[in-house]
Amino acid sequence: MSDEQIRSLEEQFEARIARDEKIEPKDWMPEKYRKTHIRQMSQHAHSEIVGMLPEGNWITRAPSLRRKVALLAKVQDEAGHGLYLYSACETLGISRDELYEQLHSGKAKYSSIFNYPTVTWADMGAIGWLVDGAAIINQVPLCSTSYGPYARAMVRVCKEESFHQRQGFEIMMKLAQGTPEQKEMAQDALNRWWWPSLMMLGPTDAASTHTEQSMKWKLKRKTNDELRQQFIDQTVPQADLIGLRIPDPDLKWNEETGHYDFGEIDWEEFWQVVKGHGPCNRERMNARVGAWEGGQWVRDAAMAHAEKKENKKVKQAI
Amino acid sequence: MAAKKNWPLWEIFVRSKNGLEHRHFGSLHAADAEMALENARDVYTRRNEGVSIWVVESKNITASNPDNNGELFEPAQDKIYRHPTFYDLPDEVKHM
Repeated sequence: MSDEQIRSLEEQFEARIARDEKIEPKDWMPEKYRKTHIRQMSQHAHSEIVGMLPEGNWITRAPSLRRKVALLAKVQDEAGHGLYLYSACETLGISRDELYEQLHSGKAKYSSIFNYPTVTWADMGAIGWLVDGAAIINQVPLCSTSYGPYARAMVRVCKEESFHQRQGFEIMMKLAQGTPEQKEMAQDALNRWWWPSLMMLGPTDAASTHTEQSMKWKLKRKTNDELRQQFIDQTVPQADLIGLRIPDPDLKWNEETGHYDFGEIDWEEFWQVVKGHGPCNRERMNARVGAWEGGQWVRDAAMAHAEKKENKKVKQAI
Repeated sequence: MAAKKNWPLWEIFVRSKNGLEHRHFGSLHAADAEMALENARDVYTRRNEGVSIWVVESKNITASNPDNNGELFEPAQDKIYRHPTFYDLPDEVKHM
């Protein structure tokens, strides 16, 4: 194809997206669209899979059966969400093995929030309330993104995700209404998860490199700073309601803007964690790679069994 | 070492309730049809989304090519006589 033909195809393609038409797997698409989508969707899928690890840590120690079934169901949902997203990603012509390889080698990223440790039960509450809360804010606009398989996966993810946040808030609320020690535990979890949750919504608009292109392709409908403000505005009153204090001395309602003003985010910490120097980066990857390699013989055995059965069927037919 | 054999890809169709058709829900990897059914049940019907599941190995699906959409689908566009509104009726005929 000549450069001119490609340019004309690209113009038609951009026009389709501008008209709110969806792009489906077999449609022509610019190479950059394909690559950007593989990057974002796989990063999203990896986050769901790695996100199971900090919570899996507490399943056997949940304080009641009610909490245990909820946490189990949430972690199972995350496995499912990872699968929806990997499948959607595979429609762009990359194999599941390549995707895993990118995660395991460190070439692909996952959300840096999962590199923080879960040291008390209250962390299950804080993760559901704050981390899933921030994730929902990020994800809802993606239900109408331009790539069909991604949009469809996100519709399902969002539908299932809202219980995750509610169960987390319920945990925090119960602890905050409990003994002084329980309330202290909830406050401590909020103190540790608040700032990483704000960072989770991505670098500031000034430092974000992909925003403009992603807006055009509807991979993003709002900027990182807008999403962060939305998250803060919605979460602060919830903390007030259950008597917990947001760990930010500069947090103040601004009558003029109709939003909360908030303090400086420590971006140096964010970049350190992204680059692999967070408290649990190595532990998470070891657990993930270990699970994958440890399961190899099971996958091989299942395949061998399937082949044996298939051969038997063929023989019987003869 | 022998070449690694990966689990093939399956397309999953779910009937959400009797009276409705099976609809494409997504895809997953599984060693065989039986495992594909079990995995589909875990992945796609955790909240009562289905009463019946079909699984089809993806390689068995033949799809039309979007490049041929013109010749395949455009001919239907100017055949308005296939629609009831193409035909004139006197106002007195209320329902037909």
